[in-house]
Amino acid sequence: MKKSNFPESQFELQIPDPLRTDEMTLSMGPQHPSTHGVLQVILKTDGEIVNSARPQIGYLHRCFEKHAENITWHQVIPFTDRLDYIASMNNNLGYAIGVERMMNLEVNERAEYLRVIVAELNRIASHLIALGTYGLDIGAFTPFLYVFRDREKILDLFEEICGARLLYNYVWVGGVAYDAPEGWREKVLEFVDYFEPKIKEYNDILTYNKIFIERTANVGVIPADVGISYGVSGPSLRGSGVNFDLRKDDPYSVYDRFEFDVITGKGEMGTIGDTWDRYWVRVAEMYESAKIIRQAAEQLPEGDAKETIPRNIKVPAGEYYMRTETPRGELGYYIISDGGKMPNRVKVRSPAFCNLSVLPAIAPGVMIADLVAIIGSLDIVLGEVDR
Amino acid sequence: MTAQEIHDTIQGKFPDVIIEFNDSVLQPYIKCTPNQFNEVCQFLRDEEELNFDALMNCSGVDYGEELGVVYHLYSMTHRHKIVLKVNVTRENAEIPTVADIWRTADWHEREIFDLYGINFINHPDMRRILLPDDWEGYPLRKDYVQPQFYNGIEIAHPDMKGNSDEEK
Amino acid sequence: MEPLVQFFYILLPFLRDWPEWLALTVIGIVAALLMFGFVAIFALFAIWLERKVSAHMQDRIGPMEVGGWHGWAQTIADTIKLLVKEDIVPENADRILFKLAPAIVFTAALAGFAVLPWTQDFIPADLNVGLLYILSVSSFAVIGILMGGWASNNKWSLYGAMRSASQMVSYEIPVALALLAVVMNAGTLSMRHLVMAQSGNILDWNVFNFFPLTAVAFIIYFVASLAEVNRTPFDLPEGESELVGGFHTEYSGMRFAFFFLGEYANMYVVSAIATTVFLGGWLPPFEFLSFIPGPIWFVGKAMTMVFIQMWLRWTLPRLRVDQLMYTCWKVLTPFSFAIILLIGLWKVI
Repeated sequence: MKKSNFPESQFELQIPDPLRTDEMTLSMGPQHPSTHGVLQVILKTDGEIVNSARPQIGYLHRCFEKHAENITWHQVIPFTDRLDYIASMNNNLGYAIGVERMMNLEVNERAEYLRVIVAELNRIASHLIALGTYGLDIGAFTPFLYVFRDREKILDLFEEICGARLLYNYVWVGGVAYDAPEGWREKVLEFVDYFEPKIKEYNDILTYNKIFIERTANVGVIPADVGISYGVSGPSLRGSGVNFDLRKDDPYSVYDRFEFDVITGKGEMGTIGDTWDRYWVRVAEMYESAKIIRQAAEQLPEGDAKETIPRNIKVPAGEYYMRTETPRGELGYYIISDGGKMPNRVKVRSPAFCNLSVLPAIAPGVMIADLVAIIGSLDIVLGEVDR
Repeated sequence: MTAQEIHDTIQGKFPDVIIEFNDSVLQPYIKCTPNQFNEVCQFLRDEEELNFDALMNCSGVDYGEELGVVYHLYSMTHRHKIVLKVNVTRENAEIPTVADIWRTADWHEREIFDLYGINFINHPDMRRILLPDDWEGYPLRKDYVQPQFYNGIEIAHPDMKGNSDEEK
Repeated sequence: MEPLVQFFYILLPFLRDWPEWLALTVIGIVAALLMFGFVAIFALFAIWLERKVSAHMQDRIGPMEVGGWHGWAQTIADTIKLLVKEDIVPENADRILFKLAPAIVFTAALAGFAVLPWTQDFIPADLNVGLLYILSVSSFAVIGILMGGWASNNKWSLYGAMRSASQMVSYEIPVALALLAVVMNAGTLSMRHLVMAQSGNILDWNVFNFFPLTAVAFIIYFVASLAEVNRTPFDLPEGESELVGGFHTEYSGMRFAFFFLGEYANMYVVSAIATTVFLGGWLPPFEFLSFIPGPIWFVGKAMTMVFIQMWLRWTLPRLRVDQLMYTCWKVLTPFSFAIILLIGLWKVI
């Protein structure tokens, strides 16, 4: 079958509507409550209907890639924290594994397990924020505070293990920064026991709310081929029914030792790939992450977790494209080394950047309120979009 | 499909496109010429056995004498990967776009244009994406010198190399 | 003679010795000030209550510091802050309309208080068309909102204003029809007579009359009135996640406070109408409870309705514009017509 080169053409607006009014240009953002940061979307609207939406990014550009070329391999890690500041652990992890694979380095078992635990805890924290802010976008305020209540417990765990609550700088090349303190493992298990029943609470107040379903089902449908073509990844792509999770499909760390399911959207409330599906994938993924955390914490081996290599490393010349599954999707680091103390090039393939790029394709014809719902369901973090 | 088979398939269809094939590195790559690049990519995506429907990443690189663009391809159906590389000279930095094949390349190519100054021929919307439209220079090139002023605003940081007060 | 005037004559007998025009003027001003004071205090209290209610629904505790006991003085402090803030008028705004708009919104809300029957004897103005009057003056608010949104010279405000106009005009129809179902039975538009027609015990209240028809009418009225006062799930004109702040995006300081005050006053007005028309006004639910004065019942019932509005606000997401119109024209309006028809048939047969 010959595939179309512009799969989004199916969304293009048809012949002018007889009820059409004058087109109005509307600047949504960069100061707008629902753009999740400093994103500007230039809208062309016909009344409440959006004719075209053009994202303008770059307001948060912090020259990460330029910086990375002028600092040592280890110094890059705090910078990766600041890409997707809601899921910093996952960012550290991708970079660290990338460099380790270039150096052909083995990491202690315990460190690998700790990495998986913190990465999955961070995934839950990130999905919680996605849920809460999505509720805000739709107009429900209460779920937002519910999720922050539970995210707080995760942040407390992080504070205990690495001292920071937002930008952790915890996963280092060759290991982790600190071993888990006494009793931390039990606290993690305790948290998982506490957390799993709480998901039902979110479902009661938001997921299965009639108005919420009306607002999100059949809105902002991303068909699988459009999603893949636009490089959409993570929960946003799985919402379109594509079974693609790097933890399964391109395993890294010790993910292959755990049992968990890949959640895909099934179009329960409407069409496959609508905003409700994307939202639901995140909710269901929190169960899966909790499952992984439970297994990892129970199997956590004894031993040393600190990194085994000196701070000033030299990476053999070469290049590697390392991709990991962060809460937003496929986070890729394309690392080039010339054998020196500093990277020659670190390119970040940011999932939020690619996920956002699908917005102009699916926006035509939706209402302003739907556009807010779509942006929210893509779960972008502008720190990562702009880098 | 292994990298060798992918290479052979392309070689069979486009005999004079491939410059170099390296199977001994961590991630095997194929270096192509800029001409016919769009056709090669179209072939890679549409050929049943290859079916590279996802462009994972597309990044610009400054190799010193040359600039390059590196494409990381992945097939969702066959679960295989390949790396494509295209090099261009600094003076004549032009590569055919692949934004019509993988839509995600649209923004990635804009980013490369923004930071490396590589022009993508036939790109639907070749503008800067991260930096302001009136920014001068291409910051990720190795020979980039940071300007002192932007629209009359002093942007140089005293710690930056070549911008310290003593040298002024 | 007007019940209000009688009430004052009983309360202050020396007024009888004054010339009538003077006495009436004084009574009018005093009653208006009383209403204004009530609105201001009610709004302060309701905002504090809303913050506390929302806090406890969200596993928080809300304001705790200002004033000592559970932060009771928080809204007073906030009001003072709003009062002393700079009054910003956008440069390209239509200055006259911009400044007039909050006043109109607040006046419309305040005017509704004129016919609320607090008790049998205390009704500021016992019009024989009280219900009609209250429906008409509450429509004024839409003019104020439209003015504010238009005059701000901001596209988001304009969106808010247009949404508000279409929403409030549409939802007046189910509101009026639901009230009509009761008026058909009571045969009066006077607020006082509407309440008196419900005397007896709780089962004589209109909400239980013609069960379940009027109960459905009550629900229709309640839903539509939420839309009338722009409360969640119908808060589209503000819709802060879509329209930044909707029609009051550009307002700050005291003008913003007046919009706020108007909103809370409106909440009370629609609750008071529901109380009057459906829930027996100042009447106690059972005879033996009649030692408790009428105003306490009236305010208590109205506050319960206000609480339910807050409860809904902190539970439900927001509808979309087309769904809002759908709810109005395809659900609420046909149902209220059906109820009127059925009550008519019931009465004839």
